[in-house]
Amino acid sequence: MDAIARETAPATARDVIAIRKLSKTYGGTGGGVTALSEIDCTVADGEFLSIVGPSGCGKSTLLKILAGLLPASGGEALLNGSPITGARKDIGVVFQSPVLFPWRSVLGNVLLPVDVQQLGRDRMTARAMDLLKLVGLDGFEHRYPWELSGGMQQRVALVRALIHDPALLLMDEPFGALDAMTREQMNVELQRIWMERRKTVVFITHSTSEAVFLGDRVMVMTPRPGRIGDLFAVDLPRPRPLDVMTTEKFGVYVRRIRKSLNAGGGLE
Amino acid sequence: MIGGPKNFALRLLLIAVFLAVWEAIVRVFEIPLFILPTPSNVFTALYRGIASSLYVDHVWITVTETLLGFVLGTSLAFMLGTVIALSRPVEYFLYPFVVMFQAMPKVALAPLIIVWFGLGLTSKVVNAALVAFFPLMVNTIVGLRSAEEDKVNLMKSLAATRTQIFWMLQLPNAMPYIFAGLEIAMIFALIGAIVAEFVGAQAGLGMLIQSMNFTMDVAGQFSVLLLLSLIGLGLNWIVIAVRRRVLFWDASQKFDADAAKKEAI
Repeated sequence: MDAIARETAPATARDVIAIRKLSKTYGGTGGGVTALSEIDCTVADGEFLSIVGPSGCGKSTLLKILAGLLPASGGEALLNGSPITGARKDIGVVFQSPVLFPWRSVLGNVLLPVDVQQLGRDRMTARAMDLLKLVGLDGFEHRYPWELSGGMQQRVALVRALIHDPALLLMDEPFGALDAMTREQMNVELQRIWMERRKTVVFITHSTSEAVFLGDRVMVMTPRPGRIGDLFAVDLPRPRPLDVMTTEKFGVYVRRIRKSLNAGGGLE
Repeated sequence: MIGGPKNFALRLLLIAVFLAVWEAIVRVFEIPLFILPTPSNVFTALYRGIASSLYVDHVWITVTETLLGFVLGTSLAFMLGTVIALSRPVEYFLYPFVVMFQAMPKVALAPLIIVWFGLGLTSKVVNAALVAFFPLMVNTIVGLRSAEEDKVNLMKSLAATRTQIFWMLQLPNAMPYIFAGLEIAMIFALIGAIVAEFVGAQAGLGMLIQSMNFTMDVAGQFSVLLLLSLIGLGLNWIVIAVRRRVLFWDASQKFDADAAKKEAI
């Protein structure tokens, strides 16, 4: 197994994702729009990578390619050594909206990946209850999505993305639709859950402070065409309290993001 | 806020006043009974019809025709709608037929249906099925295609097969549309059965109206009309009762229920 993996993936064995010269062009020949241009990057096992950028910088396109929902036009993206060519069972995705099915209870929604991938409800229900407890939703398993607040719904979506123990968690502006206070609370929660489970996370956001607060590293993307403007490590001790946002060091990181967004024409 | 026991009483009063004014107008202006009967004439005719068990057999026949036509028409509509919704080639090749057929007033086919299927039960069932068919087929197609892109992407990201996407997402997601179609189809099936009975039948409430028309029994016709609207209400209520159980999660329905609750208070 390992030998084969190494053969196809000369990248570091600890890299969960390896992206090489990845590009994406929408539309036909000639008149196409370049959404992504030669993206190169790796994500280590257990790393939290924030990707920040303005609308239209291709960050959602990148995430869709990683989720196997969209084919790349050039280059490749490897997950644990094998190229991502279509949907895979070892990826969990959290979208901007919770995307819960109203005809399924909270537990039913969480078990959706279990049903789709036929992992056996009997075996996985206990795990689902553990995860619901982890996000503070114990006692809500038989409620229906419409009975929950926006923040609670997004927690259900997070548990659903974790239930089948994916190698990679992709999050596409998951807290973008929440109000500012709920959003900060969810950031703290997500950090706690991540520290407990140590999943490899690719987290997309258009909030500079959210990117710095959560990320081990931050990738800044600039638009037209989408490319990496900056990529740096965030050296702040964890767990990071919300107060960290008022520190000088935090401000330096945020300014660094702004600077590269300005250089790329991302901010007006 | 409208509602409350006071307004409910007012509502009943309004109906009573309406019937009283009707009765008075007919009596004062001495309108002949074969033009417009009084409410009391209508209720007498209704009572006689039910007491003599004349109406019971006819009601039974019309309801049977309607329900059989409803089941036949909606089952076929659901199957064809599903195939069309899921397969672009099928849609492409069937589209001209569907458009032609949809534009046609289906009740106009009733004389032909009687010629093809005879004066008995079969022709009524076929006609009811034909009329009930389209509302459900259209709603099935729209419903199955209404799944949000995010939900489809979620299923795809889990490596779901097309069959799984259909059973776990598209079909439950289409249920509000399908039930809206079923409600219309039920009433349409009743119309289809009655029209086919008008054209040619040995029994049923449609035939009864026809024969009363020949004998100028207008009060009798009114009493049958009253029965027909009660039957329509009853059939509609069945569909709504089933919908309430199946679609407990549907937001629009919950809104209806909440509004109804508030109105009742």
